[in-house]
This record gives sequence, C-alpha cells and structure tokens, in this order.
Amino acid sequence: MEYVLIYILNGLYFTSFVFLTSLGLNIILGVMGILNLAHGALYAIGAFVAAWLIGSMFAGMSVLLILAGGLVAAIGIAGACGLLMEISFIRPMYNRTLEYQLLITFGAMLAVEGLIKMIWGGQSYYASAPFVSMGSIEIVGSVYPVYFIFAMVLSFATGFGLWLLLSKTRLGIMLRAISMDREMAQAMGIRIKWFNTLAFALGAGLAGLAGALIIPTTPATLGIGMDPLIRAFIVVVIGGLGSLRGALLGSLIVGETRSFGVAYFPEIELPLLFLVAVVILVVKPEGLFGSK
Amino acid sequence: MDVKSAIRSPKAFVYLAVFVLLLPLANFLSPYQVMLLEAGITLGISALGFNLLLRYTGLLSFGHGALFAVGAYTVGMMYKYFPALYSIEILIPASIIVSMIVAGIFGYICVRHTFIFFAIITMAVSMVIFTLLLKFYHFTGGSDGIHIELPTMLGTSYTGIKRFEFLSGPYYYFLICIFAVCVIVMQGIVNSPFGKTLQSIRDNEVRAEMVGIRVKRYRWYAFLVSGIFTGLGGALYSFINGHVTPELAEWIFSGEIVFMTLLGGFMIFEGPIIGAILFTYLQLYLTSWTEYWQFAMGVILILLVLLLPQGISGGVADLYRKLKKSKTREIS
Repeated sequence: MEYVLIYILNGLYFTSFVFLTSLGLNIILGVMGILNLAHGALYAIGAFVAAWLIGSMFAGMSVLLILAGGLVAAIGIAGACGLLMEISFIRPMYNRTLEYQLLITFGAMLAVEGLIKMIWGGQSYYASAPFVSMGSIEIVGSVYPVYFIFAMVLSFATGFGLWLLLSKTRLGIMLRAISMDREMAQAMGIRIKWFNTLAFALGAGLAGLAGALIIPTTPATLGIGMDPLIRAFIVVVIGGLGSLRGALLGSLIVGETRSFGVAYFPEIELPLLFLVAVVILVVKPEGLFGSK
Repeated sequence: MDVKSAIRSPKAFVYLAVFVLLLPLANFLSPYQVMLLEAGITLGISALGFNLLLRYTGLLSFGHGALFAVGAYTVGMMYKYFPALYSIEILIPASIIVSMIVAGIFGYICVRHTFIFFAIITMAVSMVIFTLLLKFYHFTGGSDGIHIELPTMLGTSYTGIKRFEFLSGPYYYFLICIFAVCVIVMQGIVNSPFGKTLQSIRDNEVRAEMVGIRVKRYRWYAFLVSGIFTGLGGALYSFINGHVTPELAEWIFSGEIVFMTLLGGFMIFEGPIIGAILFTYLQLYLTSWTEYWQFAMGVILILLVLLLPQGISGGVADLYRKLKKSKTREIS
C-alpha cells in the first residue's frame, strides 16, 4: 500500500505523455475532421531528433540547455514535417471520403517511418543524460526522479497554454469556429486553408514534443510511435471529439490504468485499457465530454 | 437477379473462364509463385468480406485484421488442443463458426457508430484481440505465434510431404474451389434483398429507418457476414504461411486490408480480389528489392489515393470508357 502514491505519480507521468500526444491528434481531428494515423510517426520524428541532438551534442554544455534545444528542435522539425505533409497531400483530401483520408495518413505513416529508417538507420539512440543529471528527490520514503516531475509540469503547462490559446485568443476562437462549422466559418471570412495548415503543424509539433520528452527515459527505436498513437486514440475515444477537458480526463484514465495495471496485473494491462475504452463507448457512445 | 438470369449474364462466363484458367495454373507456375498466388487469393476472400462493409454498407472498418487473425488462430489452436480433429473439413467450419461468434460480439459493440467513430472503435476492439493474443502466451504462444502443421484432407494425411508440394498440389485445387464458392456466395448476397437493404442504409440511413428497416440490426448482420469471410480468409491463409502471429490482429494489417481493397478499387465487386493479389506481389517484390520497402509502400499508397482514387480496376474501366468514347467520336 505504501507504493500507492508512487503509482499515482507514475500514472500522472504516463498521463502527461498521452495527454500531449492526444492533444495534437484531437486538434487535427477537431479542426479538420481527419484522423491522423501518421501522428505516431511524427512522435517518432520528435523522439529521434531529440535523441540524436541530446546524445551527440552533449559535450560539456549544460544539460538543461541541451534538453531545451532538443525539445525545441523536435517541435520545430516535427511541426515542419506536418506542415509539408498538409501542403503536399493532406490538402486535397478535405472533400474526399473517409476511407481516402484514413488511407493517405496511413501511407504517410509508412513513408515517414521508412524515412526515419533511412536517416537514422535501424539502431537505437540513447540519450539519458538529462534524466541522470536531474537526479531524484524523496517523496514519502520513496526515491522519485526529478525528470518525471519536470515532464509532468511541462506537459500540463503546454496543455494549459493551449487552452489559453484556444479559449482566449482570436486565433483560438477562429480555430474553434472552424471545428464547429467549417462552411459557416468560411462564410464568415476565415481563411480555412491556412488554418488547416496551422492546425496540422501545431498538432504535429505537439506530437514531436511528446516524442522528445520521453527520450531521456526510453531509447529511440523504430516503431516507437505505435504505442503512443494507439493510446492517444483511446483518449480521443474516451474523452470525446475536440474536447480539451475530455482529453485531460481520458489521458488521466489511460495513464492511471497503465500505472496500476503494470503494478498489479502486468499481463493484462493493455487489454484492460482497451476494455475500459470499449465499456465507456458502449455506455456513452459519444465519449465522456463529446457532443453528438 | 434470379439464378437463371445470373447464369445467362456475361459476368458468369467471365467467372467460368477465370476459374477454368486458374485450375491448371499450378502446373505451370513455380511452387513459389503458386504460394504467392494462393496468399493473394486468401487475402482476396478477406478483402471481399471487408468490402461488403465498405462498399455495400458504407462502414469503414479499421479492425478487420483481428477477424483475419481469429480465423487463422482457430486453426492454430485446433492443432494445439485438438490434434485429433486436425483435418481441413473440420477446421474450415470451425474457423467459420469461431469468426462468426467473434464478429458477432465485435460487431455488436461497433455498429452503434458510423463514419470515423466506426473506424476508431473497430481499431480499438481489434487491438483488444491483438493484446489478448499477445499477452495470454500460455494459450496463444504470445509473440512467437503458433506453427501450423499440414492438415489432413479428405482422410489423407500429408505429414511426410513438404509444404510447397502440398500447396501446389491438393491444397491449390481445394483453395480455388473455396474461392469460387466465396465469390458466388458474395455475389448472391450483394444482389439479394439483404444486399439491397444494406445499400439503402448506406445511401440514406434516415430514409431506410423510416421505411421500416432496422438499421443497426442490418449493419450487425453485414458485420457478421463480413467477419465470416475475413475469418475464412485468415484460416486458409494460415496453411500457406505455416505460422500465425499476433501481428495479424494489429491495426497495421487492418490498414493493409483497406489498402488492398482501395488498390483494386472498392466500387467494383471484383476490385478487392484484384487488389489483394496485386498487393501480395507488390509487397513481396518491394521487400526483396529495397530495404526501405516501407517507404516505397507509403509513397505508392499516397500516389494511389491522389492519382488513382478509383483503384486499378476503376482506372482501367475509366480508360476503357474514354477509349470507347474517342473511338465513337472518330467514326462519327
């Protein structure tokens, strides 16, 4: 029982990653109505960029500086990838049917994963320096790494920032208007085309940030984005479409289920998670905070 | 279309011609080519089932890989736990029944949703099956999967014989016959009142409901039938591959089923079959040609969606129509 607090904290730590990944997915889904299957690949790009920068440039410079550099570079490069993807082949997809939209992002996923393999090869990249140098603190008799707390704070701050952006600024109001009614927003004079690009790049950047943030604790390997993608899907399903609150609560459910599942029944942790999602969907098909 | 007019239609002759051409093919091709063709055909049966949902019911499933895996794992489990019953006459009905049961539960959860939510929830449920196959390794062999032995067929045991001999010999004819039955049955389903009901639901759900069609129930029926075809494809595939792994249930493979269906062209009844066979060859040649086959596959997929949205068969049909038009213009 004395580990319960640690499990809860670990759950929050998992939550923060799932939250970041699902935020990006949710923005793209909400604003453009496209389920981005390549989101995991963008996450992987962030992870590889960060691992490569932190791992190879780490020579005498301050660890925090390197970490910040890695994170910013990951956001930038993943965002740029998202931008290119949107302009080159997602854009003609808006008035196509669902199967084509899904299939083209599926193709993008394969292509980006292949590209990662081309650039970085098949090997793993380790970059645990920031994790080690941050050390650990003691929380009620257990040792807890500071980096976990740092990651949590950063993710939730990002979520808060996004909430501010979406609810308080003109840009955010326009984005929400588009997600509510595309045609009407267009009729009111919003340039949907560029907002789509912006939203896609923003979502991609968030995926990149999530990928980069996990690097100090996990090596970057091929297929690193698959698991987060699936978990982010579950969050979107549980929380409901385009709802920030839903994304937060969904991430919390996913993160804590993972933490306690791994601790108590490691074998069925993932099936358990899916079952939770399925039960929620059967009881409340539109998700916890979704609107029909 | 009743039976008489169905037999008289030109399509029936084409089918018959293809069937007659396929029968002796195993003697001309190398065993390896036969194996590829067989894999393509089994995937074609699955894609045919998938397309009943996509083309005729208007539901895009992103979880059919799991149903495929259910069919394939039924064979593996039968070998593991009931080796006495390991003959193909029992295995095929068994996999049909098991995939029907699983598709029944699967579909019951999923048909309450449409559009993108249907895609997401089928994906989520398929991942439940994937993780169960992966984590209950005492039963399922975990990530190693299960090895599939050659089954007995019509009382004959093939234990001593090499797999490719079995595949290019008796199994080939068996598979072709099953394939023919599947195509005919699916053709019948699509043209039956049941098939027309599904299409009416696809075209206008509200109107269908008003006419008195129980929309969700019919969607569920469609899911069941679709699941049976896909599971059957999986069971037939397992003998060819000789090994089943949980990856079959992963969403990547489900995506590949969508890919092959759209590659062939889902608006045409035979499109998924053509797509599945092409996909098998494409994947194999890409993997042997370049280490970065995944990248090539992605690029091909993107180009396909951008440039050839009707798939190969749709593209050919378009081309044919254009040529015909220009010819008539020349004459006039």
